[in-house]
Amino acid sequence: MKVAFHPGCVSKGACPELYVSATKIAGTLGLELQELTEAPCTGAGVLSEQNPDLGDSLNALTLAMAESMGGNLMTICSTCQGVLSSVNHTFEKKPERLEKANKTIADQGYTYKGTTKVKHLLWMLFEDIGVDKLKSVIKRKLTGLKIAPFYGCYILRPSDSLGLKERPERKTYLEQLIELLGAERVDYTGSGKCCGFPMLTFNRDKSLAMGGNHILEAKEKGADAMVTPCPLCHLNLDGQQPDAALAISRPLETPIFHLPQLLGLALGFSPEELRLNHHVVSTKRALEKVELKV
Amino acid sequence: MEAGGSHVLMKFTIEVGRYNPEGTYADDAKQGAPYPAPWASSPPRRYQSYEVDLPEHAVVLDALIEIREYQDESVAVRCACRSAICGSCAMWVNGHAHLACKSKLQEFTKDGKTRVESPPSMPVIRDLVWDMKPFWDNHRRVTPWLENKPLPPPMQEYRVTNEAMEELIQEVTCISCGCCLMDCESFAVNKDFMGPHALAKAYRYAADPRDDETQKRLGEYSQQGGVWDCTHCFECVQQCPKGVEPLEQILKLRRMAVNAGYTHNAGTRHADAFAESVKHSGRLNELTLLPKSVGFFNVLGQLATLPSAFNMIRAGKLPPIIHKTIPGVKRIKAIFDRVGGRFK
Repeated sequence: MKVAFHPGCVSKGACPELYVSATKIAGTLGLELQELTEAPCTGAGVLSEQNPDLGDSLNALTLAMAESMGGNLMTICSTCQGVLSSVNHTFEKKPERLEKANKTIADQGYTYKGTTKVKHLLWMLFEDIGVDKLKSVIKRKLTGLKIAPFYGCYILRPSDSLGLKERPERKTYLEQLIELLGAERVDYTGSGKCCGFPMLTFNRDKSLAMGGNHILEAKEKGADAMVTPCPLCHLNLDGQQPDAALAISRPLETPIFHLPQLLGLALGFSPEELRLNHHVVSTKRALEKVELKV
Repeated sequence: MEAGGSHVLMKFTIEVGRYNPEGTYADDAKQGAPYPAPWASSPPRRYQSYEVDLPEHAVVLDALIEIREYQDESVAVRCACRSAICGSCAMWVNGHAHLACKSKLQEFTKDGKTRVESPPSMPVIRDLVWDMKPFWDNHRRVTPWLENKPLPPPMQEYRVTNEAMEELIQEVTCISCGCCLMDCESFAVNKDFMGPHALAKAYRYAADPRDDETQKRLGEYSQQGGVWDCTHCFECVQQCPKGVEPLEQILKLRRMAVNAGYTHNAGTRHADAFAESVKHSGRLNELTLLPKSVGFFNVLGQLATLPSAFNMIRAGKLPPIIHKTIPGVKRIKAIFDRVGGRFK
């Protein structure tokens, strides 16, 4: 299955393990990734905040690039997913915004007709690849591992632009996947909340407390690790975890897996291939539970 | 089936979060209390189950009134209009803020039951009745009234355009129910944050052409606890029962504040550094974003980020030292120029 692939800035920057693991598992899942190497950053909501025309135009360009390739546009970042879905939704509701954006990008040789469907890898697993295919490629059940899901905001809210009203099951895909891979899911209240990353530069202590609280809750509910489909959440929950522990004065030490890393383990890839040895919080103890070493 | 046969009665199970300040529930903490968030002063509570028979179209408030009237008069619940206008029955239903009078039981029944409780980030008075003091305290911080321009001549009136008022309609529909604040992720960890309700109201007055204090207002909203402390999580947009979309109003205030010259804050520096990076390379330069946002001369702020930076480097997660541009970046620069740059 050919898909236009928008990896997002963070998977090419501070979270290279996400890009590596996603591209590793793609073949096994039957995905032929056609990377949009000329697509710009989605702006993470920051660019459109000060100049909505800027956000509209840059994202219309990306959507048009994917449209010209046919098929879906796949993301591996909840934030990219949220921003691109939101722009698509705006264009659908307000065609004058699409017209304006098209005028801006016309010089660059692109026109967006509005047909691109943006899908996170997490959604594609259930909606395009399918549970049967997934079951058939699983080589290693993650039995004994307790995993807490962490969605991040932009893949859950606002629900109308993300199609969650038509497909409410999208709010449960992480839990379903954890169970499908043979791991035990950990339910807790923080799974759909904010990791705090957007506030990191404005109000560092509160941002760290926000993320730290969710990790603490998951840990106290028995989680060996957490899994997230968002690299920005990963940056705050993994990269800042030692500081978050200080901020809330509680030990945390809970590894945070990227979605393709957890999936990749079940598909039989080694921890090193998935770069599970490149986390701030060691994945060693969690991996030992499934008799793997890193 | 009711006597007239017009309604099908269904059995619903309601779990009510109980709290009594007089300490009647001595064992509250032991009986399935929810996870006590470290930031919250949420007191211990216990959950009590009730079964009610109600028509299939019944709402959560119908169930609570049924319980209070016919099963347990000690259950405290606040309500008035029952029509999603007064906002007094706002509470947590299945872990999120909703108006009980607007929440259909069938839609909220999960695993055979519906759980209702007071929001944990708010002080609770008793059972489902929470104290709105933090809500109104923050509301007052934004001076929620027009500061008049000089009075018009006798027999004349202030005239404003329809367009100007249409811009405010979305916020005017706010009923002050508190749903946005009780689910606000930022407020949950930061009681100094004005909150989405107050900032949405702040926009309503700052953008009103009849107000004479817009500049002063924007200065105040740009301080700590103001517009830049919003974490952009969309919870307020998701939970608002009236479509006010408080986050959208906060973003408009941010734009107004930047245009008014209030740019000496991390929020503006962050937006500026972000846009500069995308314009020049088409991608986010994570290596420079953080220090630029914190401010190069903010020594304490820079020092605070060092431990995390070292941890990231040690794990091999340092963004590339040489930031690469995407192919065809000229296209991106052209778009920036065409739409009027990073700030508009």
